[in-house]
Amino acid sequence: MIQFTGVHKWFKQLHVLNDINLHVTPGEVMVVCGPSGSGKSTLIRTINQLEPIDQGSLVVDDMDLSDKKTDINKLRAEIGFVFQQFNLYPHLTVINNITLAPIKIRNTPKKEAEEQAMQLLIRVGLAEKRDAYPAQLSGGQQQRVAIARGLAMRPKIMLFDEPTSALDPEMIGEVLQVMQDLAKTGMTMVVVTHEMGFAREVAHRVVFMDAGTILEEAKPKDFFCNPQHERAKQFLNQLLTPMHGAGALCD
Amino acid sequence: MLSYQFDWSIILSGKYFEWLLSGLKVTLQLSLAGIILSFLLGLIVAVMRMSHFSPIRWAAWAFLEFTRNTPLLVQIFFWYFGSYKFLPTAVNDWLNAQSFEFAAALIALTIYTSAFIAEDIRSGVLSIPKEQMEAARSAGFSYLRSMQYIILPQAVRITVPPLVNQFLNLAKNSSLAMTIGVMELTYQARQVESYTFKGFEAFTAATVVYLAISIIITFLVHQYNERVLKLHKAA
Ligand SMILES: Nc1ncnc2c1ncn2[C@@H]1O[C@H](COP(=O)(O)OP(=O)(O)OP(=O)(O)O)[C@@H](O)[C@H]1O
Ligand SMILES: [Mg+2]
Repeated sequence: MIQFTGVHKWFKQLHVLNDINLHVTPGEVMVVCGPSGSGKSTLIRTINQLEPIDQGSLVVDDMDLSDKKTDINKLRAEIGFVFQQFNLYPHLTVINNITLAPIKIRNTPKKEAEEQAMQLLIRVGLAEKRDAYPAQLSGGQQQRVAIARGLAMRPKIMLFDEPTSALDPEMIGEVLQVMQDLAKTGMTMVVVTHEMGFAREVAHRVVFMDAGTILEEAKPKDFFCNPQHERAKQFLNQLLTPMHGAGALCD
Repeated sequence: MLSYQFDWSIILSGKYFEWLLSGLKVTLQLSLAGIILSFLLGLIVAVMRMSHFSPIRWAAWAFLEFTRNTPLLVQIFFWYFGSYKFLPTAVNDWLNAQSFEFAAALIALTIYTSAFIAEDIRSGVLSIPKEQMEAARSAGFSYLRSMQYIILPQAVRITVPPLVNQFLNLAKNSSLAMTIGVMELTYQARQVESYTFKGFEAFTAATVVYLAISIIITFLVHQYNERVLKLHKAA
């Protein structure tokens, strides 16, 4: 579904992605974690070419991103992207946020698009907010709408870049729940997150990045119980100690 | 001077009142047609100004600099006295069949105002967070479609208050059209003055009308800010 082979990327001097090799299979949920600035956002943003790569090959849904002839808008329409800051369209109501792309890009009739949007709103538990504006919603509600908006295009892949990092703690659960339900439907998902509980419960594989390289790639259980690299151990200790103590996710 | 007799009745009824009223009508026609046309032209120039293709960008820049840095009165005279020399005969004939003065004034006011509107729209666009463009692009919209459906609608909403200011400027600037014989409000006040020698009353009436237009519109902008803009702004 997604195949990185020897991918490199630089921001000026900064070697932000260094020889990335990664394969995501259909239906797989992959969590990407690592310290701040390690290149997680850059990695996930190359998948829908919000960031172009400089070297190597990246094939997504059988489309080669290094091929100039690849229709990038077509590729993006097949991939949902959920941002840390939600990025809903503030001038549109919830329902219009969700139906805009299906109507304008897929030429779905308005009525049909709205019916589908209502199904999605029911799924994320926000049916009664259909006519609200984003400014009238809490952060957690906005993020659930953003997920519904991504799903409205019936994507083959959903990408999440720290979807709960901008949320108040009491709203994190509702968003993770929606993502967990989505994972159960067999959606291919790549999730950048520091929610290690989610990684442990939902992910099939965890990738640990540091300074532009992938240091570890393991099943969640192996990653949490038996991290190989010193950097990964440090990272897990820092992340987990305050709440659970190290190793709390290993059982 | 001391013997001057105020007489408001003469301009508040009868023939002179109708002159003023017809002047107001022309002023409003000029302003409304002008704001619509200059909005459309301004939108086009703003998009050109932000084009990724540099010749288009430079053309828009030259237009803006030229238009904003020459006096409006000169531009009005230019279109009135100069335009027939290079406009095609058919266009000139058509303009003459309408009202050539009105058309020349409308063209000059439209072009002049569009330059300011283009810059208002552009700063509106620049004030939209870049994440909006990212969200639109990642949904699969092309650059132009993202502009059309996501960026410009937000920019225009932000631009409404400055746009209305431009409308007020336009209404006031339209008084310059009297210099080429457009019978708008100031022209008619002048007419009333020369027929009745009641210049004070006539121009007070004109002033009150300009002021009333400003106050009503300022009030509407305030309502718009409170009701619409707050709701549509990012949280
Ligand atoms: N557009 C850019 N131009 C220049 N440098 C950039 C750009 N975007 C990111 N960087 C740099 O690249 C490095 C990796 O950034 P990236 O956002 O991918 O990290 P991250 O792992 O997502 O971090 P965080 O956890 O803070 O979100 C950082 O040092 C960052 O400052
Ligand atoms: Mg990041």
